[in-house]
Amino acid sequence: MEQQTGTFELKKGLAQMLKGGVIMDVVTVEHARIAEDAGACAVMALERVPADIRAQGGVARMSDPELILKIMDAVSIPVMAKCRIGHFVEAQILESLGVDYIDESEVLTPADETNHILKHKFSVPFVCGCRNLGEALRRIGEGAAMIRTKGEAGTGDVVEAVRHARTVLGDIRHLSAMLDEELMRYSKDIGAPYELVKETKELGRLPVVNFAAGGVATPADAALMMQLGVDGVFVGSGIFKSGDPAKRAAAIVKSVTHFQDAGILAEVSKNLGEPMVGRNVSQMPEGEKMAGRGW
Amino acid sequence: MKIGVLALQGDFAEHIIMLKRIGAETAEVRLPEHLQGLDCLIIPGGESTTIGKLATDFNLMTPLREFGKSHAIWGTCAGAIFLSKDVSRDQPLLGLMNIKVARNAFGRQTASFEADLDIAELKQATGTAQPYHAFFIRAPIIESVHGDARVLSSLSDGRIVAAQEGHLLATSFHPELTRDPRFHEYFLSLAS
Repeated sequence: MEQQTGTFELKKGLAQMLKGGVIMDVVTVEHARIAEDAGACAVMALERVPADIRAQGGVARMSDPELILKIMDAVSIPVMAKCRIGHFVEAQILESLGVDYIDESEVLTPADETNHILKHKFSVPFVCGCRNLGEALRRIGEGAAMIRTKGEAGTGDVVEAVRHARTVLGDIRHLSAMLDEELMRYSKDIGAPYELVKETKELGRLPVVNFAAGGVATPADAALMMQLGVDGVFVGSGIFKSGDPAKRAAAIVKSVTHFQDAGILAEVSKNLGEPMVGRNVSQMPEGEKMAGRGW
Repeated sequence: MKIGVLALQGDFAEHIIMLKRIGAETAEVRLPEHLQGLDCLIIPGGESTTIGKLATDFNLMTPLREFGKSHAIWGTCAGAIFLSKDVSRDQPLLGLMNIKVARNAFGRQTASFEADLDIAELKQATGTAQPYHAFFIRAPIIESVHGDARVLSSLSDGRIVAAQEGHLLATSFHPELTRDPRFHEYFLSLAS
């Protein structure tokens, strides 16, 4: 019996297994275990959460492979890790470690201001950020098997996550109403591959799983993103920068499952302790925003 | 016939799409009361630790065990793990099927694979001859079957990837990710 590995269906398939779940940023083995016990469907292994990357400044790079391997050993759920936009050697290193997904992430300092990684060349799947349909389909065209809206990482302010999810999903609604002869012009306008524009119109959704990210800090934030129509949620700084990470993590997991049940959302939102302090994105200088990274 | 799909986490929407394609009526199950009026249940792929935790937190463990005594249940991947009696680690399991399962038995994501399976029961039940193309994603294997459980399909190296025990069905692969409805049809034949 012939077996095939590394196919696009398998890459996309793992993301489908993550749907309806919460992917949590963790910086230590202890965090990773707390996340798994709370019901995370995967963890993102990092040296610093986005809020600390913001606070400390400097160049943000791929994490130490030793830390990533320790986290892979500590949990049974999938482990993701981030590389810089365009830094295909960091991606090769992460693939050699055996991580389950690579996030080519705007949270790290970009290594290439023109090109993203050609992700089809890898057998490990990639997730990439986007702010609109054109950006999402360009990333899928390069081989991303999962998409996340960018939001504004490390702020605890959900406003950008809402903006990006509404834009992507609104673009798809707009596309769905178009006539077939209008698709080539639309592809040109949004800078997206024609075949993927066509496929998105036929499916009425992105051809790959689409999570929300960047600013989710409470169970209500997570449920808001789910009700807007995403498939699941990344929570970065929102958990381990809060007063009671284990409790908040478990509450956000429950809120993603029961995103349409306000009674359960009220119940799980009780007594969670201090949320992360957060930063108001509307008062942030443009240069500090990460979402603009990516081309 | 009304088919429930456990919708705590995972690819339950993919199962529902397949079931609708073959004309079945479906319902999402997130709370114990959602089991009422269902004829059978599918537990989807996803993360078995997440599904187990949510099933425990929302008091679904006992109702699901009761449901499984008299109704057909099919678990795919994480669902197969959840149905089993033993996974060699501490996590919530329904323990309905006499099977021992090993999680992530083939390794991490880059070891995930596609393969054709030869499943005699499936061919017989659906009157078709072509092999079944299966997706294994960070897949478990069924290490051993006990009691009334029997092997439905193995890889060429003998590792068990599908088992059946009366009206209970476990597959370590994902028929919901294919366009081939034969496994769903086979399950519905067990349920009716």
